[in-house]
Amino acid sequence: MTNLFGTTSLPGFFPRTKLLSMDGGKVFLSLLIVVTIGASIGNLVFSPESIFYVDTYTITLLGKYLSFALLAMAVDIVWGYCGILSLGHGAFFALGGYGMGMYLMRQIGDRGVYGDPLLPDFMVFLNWSELPWFWQGFDSFIFAMCMVVLVPGLLALIFGWLAFRSRVTGVYLSIMTQAFTFALMLAFFRNEMGFGGNNGLTDFKDILGFNLQSDVTRVALFSLTAIILGGAFLLSQFLLSSKFGRVIEAIRDSESRVRFVGFKTENYKVWLFVYSAVLAAIAGALYVPQVGIINPGEFQPLNSIEVVVWVAIGGRGLLYGAVFGALLVNYAKTQLTGLMPEAWLFALGALFIGVTIFLPRGIVGLLSAKGKE
Amino acid sequence: MQPIELFHNQKITTRQPKLRFIFRLAALIFLSSLYGTISASASASGNENLVGTAAYIDDLVNRLPKTKLRELPELVDELSAAKDVRLFPLFESMLAGKLYFRKSDKTVLLITNKKDKGVYQAKDVLSGDMIKSIGKKEIKKIRVNNKLRKQLRKVIAKITLFGDNPKRRLEAVEKLIGDLNHDNLVLIKQAKRQEKDSSVIKKIDLALAIANLDSDTAETRRSALTELAGELHPAVRNRLEKFVAKDESGAYLEQDKTLVTLAESAIKKIEGKLSFYSFIERVFFGLSLGSVLLLAAIGLSITFGVMGVINMAHGELLMLGAYTTYVVQQIMPNHIGTSILVAIPSAFLVCGLVGVAIERGVIKFLKGRPLETLLATFGVSLVLQQAVRSIFSPLNRQVNTPEWMSGALEINPALALTYNRLYIIIFSLLVFAILLFVMKKTSLGLYVRAVSQNRNMAKAVGIRSEWIDAMTFGLGSGVAGVAGVALSQLTNVGPNLGQAYIIDSFMVVVFGGVGNLWGTLVAAFSLGIFGKFLEPITGAVLAQIFVLVFIVLFIQKRPRGLFPQRGRAAE
Repeated sequence: MTNLFGTTSLPGFFPRTKLLSMDGGKVFLSLLIVVTIGASIGNLVFSPESIFYVDTYTITLLGKYLSFALLAMAVDIVWGYCGILSLGHGAFFALGGYGMGMYLMRQIGDRGVYGDPLLPDFMVFLNWSELPWFWQGFDSFIFAMCMVVLVPGLLALIFGWLAFRSRVTGVYLSIMTQAFTFALMLAFFRNEMGFGGNNGLTDFKDILGFNLQSDVTRVALFSLTAIILGGAFLLSQFLLSSKFGRVIEAIRDSESRVRFVGFKTENYKVWLFVYSAVLAAIAGALYVPQVGIINPGEFQPLNSIEVVVWVAIGGRGLLYGAVFGALLVNYAKTQLTGLMPEAWLFALGALFIGVTIFLPRGIVGLLSAKGKE
Repeated sequence: MQPIELFHNQKITTRQPKLRFIFRLAALIFLSSLYGTISASASASGNENLVGTAAYIDDLVNRLPKTKLRELPELVDELSAAKDVRLFPLFESMLAGKLYFRKSDKTVLLITNKKDKGVYQAKDVLSGDMIKSIGKKEIKKIRVNNKLRKQLRKVIAKITLFGDNPKRRLEAVEKLIGDLNHDNLVLIKQAKRQEKDSSVIKKIDLALAIANLDSDTAETRRSALTELAGELHPAVRNRLEKFVAKDESGAYLEQDKTLVTLAESAIKKIEGKLSFYSFIERVFFGLSLGSVLLLAAIGLSITFGVMGVINMAHGELLMLGAYTTYVVQQIMPNHIGTSILVAIPSAFLVCGLVGVAIERGVIKFLKGRPLETLLATFGVSLVLQQAVRSIFSPLNRQVNTPEWMSGALEINPALALTYNRLYIIIFSLLVFAILLFVMKKTSLGLYVRAVSQNRNMAKAVGIRSEWIDAMTFGLGSGVAGVAGVALSQLTNVGPNLGQAYIIDSFMVVVFGGVGNLWGTLVAAFSLGIFGKFLEPITGAVLAQIFVLVFIVLFIQKRPRGLFPQRGRAAE
C-alpha cells in the first residue's frame, strides 16, 4: 500500500501550482493578522459597553481554536503531504500540554489547597514525600519548554524510526499510532505515574509571573498562539516547497519508486514525523494555559481521530485548509454542544461519513477547484 | 431410626431438666412413627392424639413473638428437637434477621422480598401462605443476638447434616470444620456412621483428622499429620501453622521435634500443590481472557483479515450484540436461562443486518481507499454509540446471568473454575470452529476467498462480487454480534463497551497475521495468557500497556504478523 489514494488517485490530484502558490496562504495570513490584532484591541482598548468590545471568553475560545488549528496543521503535514495517517497525534499534543502543565503546577508554589511549597496538591494527597525525578527542573520555564519539544520529538523519533524502517505503512501504521496513544492514556490514568492520574493537572495560577486569569495575559497567550501558528505555517510552507518537501510528496504518491530512484525514504518520513510531532506538542503547550487543565482524556484515541476529520473537512494537502477545517469544526462543536449536546456525536459521525464519501478533497479543495473553473 | 440418635445427642447437650421431659415425650413420638421424618407424617395425618406434632409445633412457633430474647434459646432448642421441614427456612431467616411477626394477630412471617420502600413481601411460616405486600409498620422483627445466632448456625448445621441432600450435608460438614468442638465432633462421628455418600465421608474423615491434630496422644497426632500432608483445605494449613509457630527467641513452641518436622514437610507439600494450582488457575484466567479477545477479534478477522476492510465500527457491533441480549431479556424476563440461547441468533441477525447496511451504505463507495474507509466507519461507530445512548440512556444496562452459568466448578479447595468463564472459552472455540467450517467448506466461503484473492478473476468466472462483499461483511458483523452476547455476561453493557475492545481486536488480528483465522486464534490465546501472567508482577493496567508495546515492537520485526499470508494472495 504505497499509494494513499489507491487506484482512484490521479497524478494531478493536488495540482502543483496550487500547492506552491501562496494565494490561499496570503489570504490566510492576512486574515490571521487582522483577526488577532482586531480581537486584542477589542478586548483591551474598548469598554464592555462598546460594540467593538470582544469579551475575554471569546479571546480564550479563539486561542483554543488556534492551538487546535496548529495541531490540525501538524496532522496535515504528515497525512496530506506524506500519506502517513497518524491516529496518535493527540498523544504528542497531550504530552506537550503535560510539559506546560508541569511547569504551571510548580508555579503554584505554596498557594495550593495543602499549601506545600514544593509538592503539587495531588502528590500531597497521595502522601508522597518528595518530588519525583521527572518533575525536577520543571520550575524553570526554559527547561520546561525544552522538554515540551524534546520529549514528544524523541518519542516520535523512536516510534517513527521503528515503524518506517520496517516499512509499516497504511492502515497498519494508523492502528499502531492509535495503540500508541491508547497505551499512553492508560499509563497517564494511573495515579502511580505521578501526573495527577484521572484528574490531571489543573488549578494553575500564573505563568512567568503573570496572572493567568487577567485579560492581558489572556490576550498575550492568544496573540502568541496566532504568531506561532503563522510562523509554523510559513516554516512548513517553506519546508514543503523545498527539495525535502518534493521528496515527501513523491513518497506519498509512490514510495517504492522514490526508493528505487535512490532516496532513503524512511529517513524523510521519520524527520517529517518528528517535525509534525513537535508542532503538535507546541500546540498542546499553548492550549493548556488557556483552558487551564490537562488530563489523560486528551490521549483518547477519539480526540486524535477527530483531528483527522478537521483536516479532511478543511482539505488535506493544503496547510490553510487544515486550519480552516479545525476552526470550522470546533466552532460548530461549541455551538452544537451548547444547543443540543446529544446531536454533536451524530453530527460528527455524519461529518466523518459525508466528507470521506462526498468531499474527498475537503471544503477548501472544492472551493479552489470551483475557482479554477 | 435416625432421628432418635440425633435426639439422644440433643438431650445430652441440653442442660435444662424440664426440657428432658418434653424430649422424652418427643422420643415416644419418634418411635411411634415409622417415617424418617415425623413432621411430614404428623402434619399429613393430623392426628390429634399425638401431642407435639403439627399442633405442638404450631404452638411453639406461635410462642416466638411472645418470648423474651433471653428465653429464646430454650424455645429454639425445643423447635430444633421437633425436626420439622417447615422449620428449616424459619431458622435460616431468623439467622438472617428476616423473621417478623404481624402486630395485629402475632402471626410469624418470613420476609421474602423487599418490594418498595417500607413495603415487603412475606410468607406465613406455618400455613405457607404468601402475603403479597405488607407495610413496615404492620410488622415487628423477632430480635436475635449473637449467642442466638451461634446456636442457630449449629441447629441449621445439624439439620442439614442428617438431611437427604448430599450436597447440603457436604456444606454442613464444611461449616463444622470451622468449629471443631467436642459437641460437633460427636455429631460428625454420628453422621459418619450412617453416611453413604463417598464425598461426604471423605470430608468427614478430613474433619476428624484435623480434630486428631489436637489429640492427647502423640501417636494420633503424628498419624493425623502424615494423613493431612498435601491436604488443601485452608483449615488444615491454619492448624499446621500452629505446629511450626515460634516464640520470641526463635525456638519452636511445640516440644515434640518429630511433630515439627512432620508439620513442616506437610506445609511444604501443601505449598507446592498450591503454587501448582495457582499456575493452573492463571492459565485458566489467561485462556478466559484469550477467549474474550478471540470473540472480539474473530469477526474482525473476517472483515479486516479476509476482506481487507478496516471497520472501526466493529466494537459497536459487539456492543449491539450485548444490547440485543439486554432487549431479549426484557422481552422474556421469566426465562433468563433460555434468553441467552435466543439472544445468540437474534444478535447474529441484528448485527449481520447492520453490517450489510454499513457495507451497502458506506464501504461500497470507498473500495480501495483503506484510510478513508477507516475514517468513515469511525463515523459510523460514533453514530451507533450515540444512537444507543439516546435510545437506552448513557448508563450501563443490567444483563442477567442465567442460573446455569453462575457458580463455579470446584476441583479442589485451591482451584475453582467459574462456569461463565468456562462456558465462554468453549463458546469462543465453537464460534471459531463454525466460522472455520463456513470459510473452508461451504460455497460462500469459497467465493469469499476467491473474491479476496483476485476480484477480477472471480468476477470473470461468474461470482457476484458485490453480493459476496455484502454477505462477507454481514457474516463478520453477525459473528461480532454473537461475541457481544458472550461479552454481556462478562462486562458492563454500556455505550462504551465497543471502544474498550476495538484496539485489542485489531492488535489480535494484526499480531496473528491478517487473513489467517488460525493466527487469530493463536494470537488471542497467547496474548491472553501473556497478559494474565504479567498481571501479578505489574498490575492490570501496566500489563495491558506492556502487551500493547510488545505488539507494536513485534509488528516492527514481523510486519505481517505471526502467520503471514504467502503466495500471490499476500499482495
